[in-house]
Amino acid sequence: MAKVGLFIPCYVDQLYPQVGLAALRILRRLGVDVEYPEEQTCCGQPMANSGCVADAKPLADRFLRVFGHYEHVVAPSASCVSMVRNHYEPFLRGQAGFEHLRRSTFELCEYLTDVVKARKVQGEFRRKVGLHQGCHGLRELRLARSSELVAPAFDKVRSLLSQLDGIEIVPLSRPDECCGFGGTFAVKEEAISSLMGRDRLADHEQAGAEVIAGVDMSCLMHLEGLARRTGKPLQILHVAQILEQARLS
Amino acid sequence: MDHAKSAARFAADEARTHWHDQALYSLRGKRDRAAATIPEWEQLRETAARVKEHTLSRLAEFLEEFERNARRNGIQVHWARDGEEHNAIVHGILARHGATRLVKSKSMLTEECHLNPYLEARGIEVVDTDLGERIVQLAHEPPSHIVVPAIHRKREEIGDLFHRTIGTEAGLSDPKVLTEAARQHLRQKFMAAQVGLSGVNFAIAETGGFVVVTNEGNADMGTSLPPVHIASMGVEKVIPRLKDLGVFLRLLARSATGQPVSSYTTHFHGPMRGGELHVVIVDNGRSQSLASEVFRRSLACIRCGACLNTCPVYRRSGGYSYSYLIPGPIGSVLGPQRDPAAHASLPFASSLCGSCSDVCPVKIDLHHELYAFRQVLVQKGLVPLRKRLAMAILGSVLSRPWAYRLAGRLLRWIVPRLPRWLAYGPWNAWGKQRELPPMPKESFRDLVRKEPP
Repeated sequence: MAKVGLFIPCYVDQLYPQVGLAALRILRRLGVDVEYPEEQTCCGQPMANSGCVADAKPLADRFLRVFGHYEHVVAPSASCVSMVRNHYEPFLRGQAGFEHLRRSTFELCEYLTDVVKARKVQGEFRRKVGLHQGCHGLRELRLARSSELVAPAFDKVRSLLSQLDGIEIVPLSRPDECCGFGGTFAVKEEAISSLMGRDRLADHEQAGAEVIAGVDMSCLMHLEGLARRTGKPLQILHVAQILEQARLS
Repeated sequence: MDHAKSAARFAADEARTHWHDQALYSLRGKRDRAAATIPEWEQLRETAARVKEHTLSRLAEFLEEFERNARRNGIQVHWARDGEEHNAIVHGILARHGATRLVKSKSMLTEECHLNPYLEARGIEVVDTDLGERIVQLAHEPPSHIVVPAIHRKREEIGDLFHRTIGTEAGLSDPKVLTEAARQHLRQKFMAAQVGLSGVNFAIAETGGFVVVTNEGNADMGTSLPPVHIASMGVEKVIPRLKDLGVFLRLLARSATGQPVSSYTTHFHGPMRGGELHVVIVDNGRSQSLASEVFRRSLACIRCGACLNTCPVYRRSGGYSYSYLIPGPIGSVLGPQRDPAAHASLPFASSLCGSCSDVCPVKIDLHHELYAFRQVLVQKGLVPLRKRLAMAILGSVLSRPWAYRLAGRLLRWIVPRLPRWLAYGPWNAWGKQRELPPMPKESFRDLVRKEPP
C-alpha cells in the first residue's frame, strides 16, 4: 500500500493531464511512495458550491472510501483540497477515518513545504512570472498571508518558485485580487466573472509577466480562456509544471 | 431582480465600472494602511468578535440593562417590532410636538424601515443631512453604499444635480465648492428643523448612553439645534460595557475609511436642558436571525462597509445591482434572511473569494455564510430548476466512475469536432468571452498508465 494517494481533480484529469503528471513526477522524484487510485472522480465542490448538498454528499462518501486509508492525500489543486478540509464536515461528521482524512489532505506546494519539508529548489526558469493567488489556497488553506491581514508575510508557493535560477516574479498592483472564476459563478455571473478575469490579465501584463502561474487550474482555465480569446501572448502554467523540471530537496 | 442581470448592465459601461472599482479599491488601500499601523490589529478583531458573540448570546439581558440605565439618564426608550412600528413611533413623537420639519443624519435602519416616504406621506419634510445621503435624496435614489452613499456619482453629475435642485450655478465640479454649496443649503434646514433624528453606532448597556460616529458633524448639528432628538437603533447595536467601546472605535473608522478615528464621535447620555431624547429600539426580523446558529453572526456587523470596498463583485457591479438595500457581501447575507425569495440571487453574487471575511473587523465569516445560504435557497426551492437538475445529473455522473470516464471521453471527442458556431452558441455562457479549455486526446488516467513507476 502506497503512503500517498494522489488526488487529481476531475477537470484536471480530463482537461489538464500534464498538470497531474507534473505533480506525480515531482512526488516520485522526491522518493514519495505515491499512487493514483482509479476509482476517484470528483470532490463534489461544484454541487456543494451551488447549494445542492444532497448531490455532493455521495461524492464526499466516495472520497472517504477511496482515500481514507492513505497516510496522506495530495492534490495539485487548493480549491478541491479546501473542499475536503473545510466543507466535508457536514457530510462526513462522525464517520470512521474522516478526521484523519481531513488532517491528511494537502495541496501539492503545502505538502512539499510542510510535510516533505523540501527547502531547496534547484533548477532554472528564465521567465517573468506573475503569481496568481487562488483565493481558496490563500484564504481557505492559508498558503500565503492574504493582503487583508496584519501579520508577518509568508508565501509557500513563492518560496518554492523564487529559488529557481532566472525566474523573476513580477510585482502586481493588486497582489491577491480574485480572478473571478468562482465555479458556477463563472457562468451564472458571466459578465462580472469575465471582467474580473480581464482585469487580472491586465494587471499581470502591466507588471511585465510572460507567464501566469498558480496552484489552481480552475482559475487558470478561466484566465487562459480569456487570454486566448483576446489574443494575449501570456503563457498560463500550473506551478507543478514549472517545478517539474527542478530538483527539490 | 436577478443580480447577474443588473450587474451585467452596470458593467457594460466598462470605463465607468473601472472608475467605480478603483474608487472603492483605493478605500480598501486606505484601510490596509491604517490597519497596518496597529500591530495588535488581529487581536482587536478577535476581541471584537468575542464581545459581539457574547453580547448576542444574551442580547435580551443587555438590551434590558441598556433600557434601565437609559431611562435613569432621562432618555425615553421605545420598542418597535418592525419598520412600521418604528415609523409610527417616530411620527407620534413628531406629531406630539406639532413638528413638520425633521433633519436626519445617516441611518441605514431608517432606510430599511422606509421612514422617509412614511413621514413625507404625512406632511413632514425630511432632510437627510449627511452629504452623500443628501445627494441621493435630491436625486430620488437609495444609497448605493452604506458608508459612502453617493459613491456611484461623479462630481460633474453632482454639480448638475445641485444646479437642478438647490440652484447652484451650472457646471460646478470642484468638490470643495460643491460641499460648501451643500453646507449653505443644509444650514438653513438645520436652523429650521424642529426635530433631529440620528442613527446609533453603539449603545452601551452599562451606562445607558449611546455613541454616534460621523465625519461631517451633521449628526451633532442636527441633534443639538432642535430640542427633540430621536435615535433609531437595531437591537444588535448594544455592547455590554463602556470599555468595550474602545475596541470597536479603533476598528470602525480604520476599516471604513482608513481614518484613525472619525471626525466626530459623540456620546449621548441624556436630553439637553428642556429638550427630549428618545431611543427607538427596532427588531424588524433581527430576532429571527438571532435564532439561527449559522446566520446569527451577521448581527455582529458594525456597518463599516469594508466588505463592500474589498468585494471584487460589488466594485464591478455597483450598489444598485443588489436587490437588498444593503449591498455587497454583508447585504447578501442579511437580505436573504429577511426575504429569501426576493433576494435569492444574492448569495450567488459572489465568487466566494473570502476577502470579505478577512477584512471584516468583527470577523463575520461572510463567504461561508453565503455558501451556507445557497443550501437554504435550494432547500426552499428558490434556485432555478434548471440549475438543480444540472447539478443532480452532474452529481450522478460523477458518482459512477464508468459514467464519469465515458462522459469525459465523449466531451473530449465531440467538442473539438463541433463547428465554432455550435460550440460557441448563445447557450455557451462560458464561451461568450472565453475560449473553451483544450480537449486533450488522453486523460490523466490514460496517461498515468504509461508513466514509469
